[in-house]
Amino acid sequence: MDTKLRNRLYDKSFYIVGLFATLFGLIVLLTLLIDITIDGFSRLGWQFLTSYPSRKPEAAGVLSAWVGTVWVAAMTVVVAFPLGVSAATYLEEYSKKNWLREFIEINISNLSAVPSIIYGLLGLQLFVRGLNMDRSVIAGAMTLAILVLPLIIISTREAIRAIPTTIREASYALGATKWQTIRNQILPAAMPTILTGTILAISRAIGEASPLITIGALTYVAFLPTSPISLEFPYISLKGLFDPFSVLPIQIFNWVSRPQKGFWIDAAAGIMVLLIIVFFMNGIATYLRYRYEKRMRW
Amino acid sequence: MHRNLQKIKEKAIEKALFLSAFFSVFITLGIVGVLIFETFEFFKEVSVFDFLTDTQWTPLFAEKHFGIMTLFAGTLLTTVIAMSVSLPVGLISAIYLSEYASKKIRIAIKPALEILAAVPTVVYGYFALLFVTPLLQKVIPELSGFNSLSSGIVMGIMIIPIISSLSEDALHSVPMSLREGSMALGSTKFQTSIKVILPAALSGVAASFILGISRAIGETMIVAIAAGQQPRLTLNPLVPVETITAYIVQVSLGDTPTGTLEYKTIFAAGMSLFVVTFGLNMISYFLKKRFREVYE
Repeated sequence: MDTKLRNRLYDKSFYIVGLFATLFGLIVLLTLLIDITIDGFSRLGWQFLTSYPSRKPEAAGVLSAWVGTVWVAAMTVVVAFPLGVSAATYLEEYSKKNWLREFIEINISNLSAVPSIIYGLLGLQLFVRGLNMDRSVIAGAMTLAILVLPLIIISTREAIRAIPTTIREASYALGATKWQTIRNQILPAAMPTILTGTILAISRAIGEASPLITIGALTYVAFLPTSPISLEFPYISLKGLFDPFSVLPIQIFNWVSRPQKGFWIDAAAGIMVLLIIVFFMNGIATYLRYRYEKRMRW
Repeated sequence: MHRNLQKIKEKAIEKALFLSAFFSVFITLGIVGVLIFETFEFFKEVSVFDFLTDTQWTPLFAEKHFGIMTLFAGTLLTTVIAMSVSLPVGLISAIYLSEYASKKIRIAIKPALEILAAVPTVVYGYFALLFVTPLLQKVIPELSGFNSLSSGIVMGIMIIPIISSLSEDALHSVPMSLREGSMALGSTKFQTSIKVILPAALSGVAASFILGISRAIGETMIVAIAAGQQPRLTLNPLVPVETITAYIVQVSLGDTPTGTLEYKTIFAAGMSLFVVTFGLNMISYFLKKRFREVYE
C-alpha cells in the first residue's frame, strides 16, 4: 500500500477510534446505571426511605443515612462558603502579584489534589481528638468543609475574573470604595457562577465516604441527630450538631461489604438515592451555568 | 471623621479577607503537622529500616511486621492497571475532542463526561465488586472475588474524564498557526495531531497524566470495597491485595484507641501517601505552569 493511502486510512479510522474512546466512559456509565437499577429498584420505596438500618435486609432503610447526609452537607456549606468566597475575593481583588500570592496559589492547587482520606486523618486528630468534638455532625462537616474549600476558592476566582474591569471602573467613578464595589457590584454579578461552583463542591462532599470513615463516623445508626426545630422554647436547637451520625456513602459501603446478598440489594437502592441527590445537584449547577452564560453579555 | 471610619473599615475588611486566603496555608501546615507528629511517634516503636525493607505488613496480628512496601505494592498494582486504561482512552478521547470533533459534538459530550466524574467512588466500588468482577470471572475463572484487576479497571474508567478534559484543554490551546503550517505542508489531520499538536502540548498533557496517577494512588473506596484487605507483596492482578488507603479504612472501621501502635500506623501510612501524592502534584503544577508560559 502506498504511503498516501495509508495515511488517509489512519486519518479516517481515527474518527471512529476517537469517537469510541470518548463514548467508552459513557457506555460504562450507562451500564452501571442499568445494573444498579436492576439490582436495587425493587427495594426502593417509602419504607426504604423511612426505616433505620436493620439486621434483616428486607426491613433495612436509609433514614438515618440521608438525614445525616443533609445535616453534614448543610453544615459544610455554612463553614466552607463564606471562607472560600472571602479567600477568592482577596486573591482576585486585593493581592498583588508577588511571592506570597504565588505561594498561596501553589498551596491551594496542591490541597485540591490531596487524597480525601488524608483530610480524614487531619479531621480525626484535629477535630475529633484535639477539639474534642467526638464523632459528631460538626466534626464531619468541618472535615468536609476543609476538603471542598480549595474547590470553592478555585471556582469563585474564575467567576470573579470573568467580571469585566469596566464594571469596577464605573463603580469607582461614582465614588464607591473598593469594598463597596466588591460587595455591591462584583459579588452580586459573579454570584450565579459562584453558586454553580459551590453546588458542585457540595455534591462532591455528599459522595465522600473515606474521610468520614477515618474520623470514625458510625456505620450503624438507629437514631437521628436532635431536630433543629422544636415545639418548645427556644424552638431552635443546635444540639444535633454534636450527635453521632452516618451518611449515605458510609451506609452503602457497610451494606456492600457484607456477605449476604440481601444487603447488596439495599446497597443498590441506597446508591440510587445517593445518585438521585448528586445528579439533581449537578443538574441545577449545569442549568444555572447555562442560563447565566446566555444572559450575561457584557 | 466619617471618611476616617470608612478607611478603617476598608482596611479591616482587607485584613479579614487576607486571613481567609491564608487559612489554606494553615490547612497544609495542619496536615503536615499531624502526619509528622504521629509518624514520629510511630518510629519511636518501629525502626525506619524495618518500615522500608520488611516484606510483610501485619500490624493487626500478634506477630507484628511493618513493611510499607507490601501496601505500596498493592497501590502500585491498582495504579498501573488504572493508568493502562485511563491513559490511552483519555488521550485518544482528548485528541478526538480537540482536533476532530465538531463544535456541536464537543458541546454535547463535555457535560456528559462531567457526570462520569460526579459519580461517588463508593458507587464505582459496588460496580467493580458486583458487576465487573463476576463478568471477568467468566473469562478468567481463577480470578478471586476480591482482586486488583477489576478495581484497577474501574478506577481507570473513573480517571478518564480527568485526563481527557485536562489534556483537551492543553491540546486546544496550541496556536492555530501550528495546525495551519502542518496542513500546508500536506499532512493529514492525524499526522498533524500526533506529530505537531501533541508534542507542542506535551507538558500540559503530561501534567494531566501525573494528576491522574496521583488520583489513582489516593483513591480509597473502590479498592477498599473491591480489592480485598489482604496485604500481599505481589504483582499478580488476580488475587486480593491491600493498598495504603484501604488499610487506613480497615483500621478506622475497627475501634482503635488513641495512642496505640495500630492508631499510629494509619498516620505513618498516611504520611507515605501524602509524600508521594504531594510530589506528583507539585510536578504536575509546574508542568502546567510551564505550558501556560509558552502559549498564553
